[in-house]
Amino acid sequence: MIRLERVTKLFPGTPMPAVDQVSMEVPEGEICILLGPSGCGKTTTLKMVNRLIEPTSGDILIGDRNTADYDPVELRRTLGYVIQQIGLFPNKTIEDNICIVPDILGWDRNKSRARAAELLELVALDPGVFLKRYPKELSGGQQQRIGVLRAIAADPPVLLMDEPFGAIDPINRAVIQDEFLKMQANLKKTIMFVSHDIDEAVKMGDRIAIFRDGRLIQYDTPDSLLAHPADSFVSDFVGSDRTLKRLQLLKVSDAMMQDPPRVRADDTLKTAAALMEENGHSAVVMVGPRGRVRGFVSLKTAQENKGKVGEHSEALPTTIKLEENLRTAVSTMFRHDITWLACTNDDGFYKGYVTLRGITRLLAEAYRDE
Amino acid sequence: MNNRSEATAFFRLWRTGLLVGIFALGAWAWAGGLLPTMLDLWDDITFLSRQHVTLVAISGGLAIAVGIPVGVALTRAPLRRYGDAFLQFLNIGATIPTLAVLALSMSLLGIGDRPAIFGLFIATLLPIVSNTLAGIRAVPPHLIEAAHGMGMSAGQILWQVELPNAMFVIYAGIRTALAVNVGTVPLAFLIGGGGLGELIFSGIALNEFAMMLAGAIPTALLAILVDFLMGQLQFWTIPRGVNPLR
Repeated sequence: MIRLERVTKLFPGTPMPAVDQVSMEVPEGEICILLGPSGCGKTTTLKMVNRLIEPTSGDILIGDRNTADYDPVELRRTLGYVIQQIGLFPNKTIEDNICIVPDILGWDRNKSRARAAELLELVALDPGVFLKRYPKELSGGQQQRIGVLRAIAADPPVLLMDEPFGAIDPINRAVIQDEFLKMQANLKKTIMFVSHDIDEAVKMGDRIAIFRDGRLIQYDTPDSLLAHPADSFVSDFVGSDRTLKRLQLLKVSDAMMQDPPRVRADDTLKTAAALMEENGHSAVVMVGPRGRVRGFVSLKTAQENKGKVGEHSEALPTTIKLEENLRTAVSTMFRHDITWLACTNDDGFYKGYVTLRGITRLLAEAYRDE
Repeated sequence: MNNRSEATAFFRLWRTGLLVGIFALGAWAWAGGLLPTMLDLWDDITFLSRQHVTLVAISGGLAIAVGIPVGVALTRAPLRRYGDAFLQFLNIGATIPTLAVLALSMSLLGIGDRPAIFGLFIATLLPIVSNTLAGIRAVPPHLIEAAHGMGMSAGQILWQVELPNAMFVIYAGIRTALAVNVGTVPLAFLIGGGGLGELIFSGIALNEFAMMLAGAIPTALLAILVDFLMGQLQFWTIPRGVNPLR
């Protein structure tokens, strides 16, 4: 846990504090994104946590210990630190770069080198190939992965990241972000992460802190930040398409109608038509004997024909998995020119359906009380 | 692959040409009476060469031992702001001809090895200090930030980050300095310092061309040898990651 209590930084010779009375708390195991335009104090705030910049006033606690009680050098050894320029030491091999903090802490050499190999495996880089290489022999994306590994080598509970993926091209950035989130799911570090990119913040953050002119304007979860911006500055900053951004925060399962009506291949069309009319639907999904999605029949087909459902069913253009986000769901609907999707779990069992109308209603719920 | 075989062919040609050149030079030297004279002076040449090398080793060694720490000190917090002023001072110092430095040194310390060593030391010091200063200043600030952020102490940052990354530039300074040093030692003879300058200046004074060359040729070879050794040291001791030669 990281807690800031009325932290202020006034640089000598400047009239306005760079960081003004900021109080916030990053709970154990969460990623908190410090977000804002340049010069808003987010990086200064981050650097005060590991005392690269000393606060003018206020307290910063890690766990329940005040950082002011540590020797600054000792403090930094207990906190992982990643910067945008990566800062791998060109004179050291990848192995030695990863082991910098373990070496400073005096770990046994065998133990630290084994740890370096283990970490490389974690980001799918072959230790046999990379351990003995020098940074200049790696691509930018590979270097940034090493930068992150170096920060977690000594297994610090807290990670401070200063625009860590800012210098990487968009395609690689998305890959590294996903990789990092997957790692974080296991590591459960408490992370403070500076960014100026709202999309990155929404994707990576459990919480987002928006800064402006040294003040903390809003500190909230990504969804409620997008749904309820505190003021016009925040709503401008998150963008006029903020509601669309919420789509990627919500899962298909959030908008799904559960326990939907369904028919089997040997049901009659009459039963199907009755079922649809009863629910006010214009189509119904046909499932196999164990509940896997097989196809669908439309109301029109059911009313105009006679016989079994199996003889008149059509194939579904596509289905969607429960854990996909709504952005993907809507995009899939647009692509296939349809307004509803059958939802399945990983094994293909029919779990429910989402409709465009249902998604719209879910998004609008957040604004209803305004 | 193709490049390499081309390079090998070029190297062979160059080696053959060199051997032919050396042979022709030897034949000419023998016919012109240089080689017999040099053989007559062989004892002098070995003795004076040893003296020459000693002067280089002592003055150069001292300059390295003093120059690098001074350069480093000028990048540390308390002295950092004087770095530029000091560099200006050194640059002005570097414009004084080495002969003048030796003359000044003699007027201070009299005649003998000591003023010679002192004068050579001063002449050698400047490039070492300025390159150490420049090399450490050129280490990218984000490396230093990363090092601080990970909890490295000032000493660890100096030894593990700043010096290794500045090493190539520091070595370049040492190479220049030693080349100047070896080339300046003959002048030390003028203030009683000994060395191969004795043969050179005596040869000039007595109008004995061969004697002068008996001093000049070993001096030149020594300069080449020292530079070669420094080059090898530079090649092998600087880590591959920061060594543009590897």
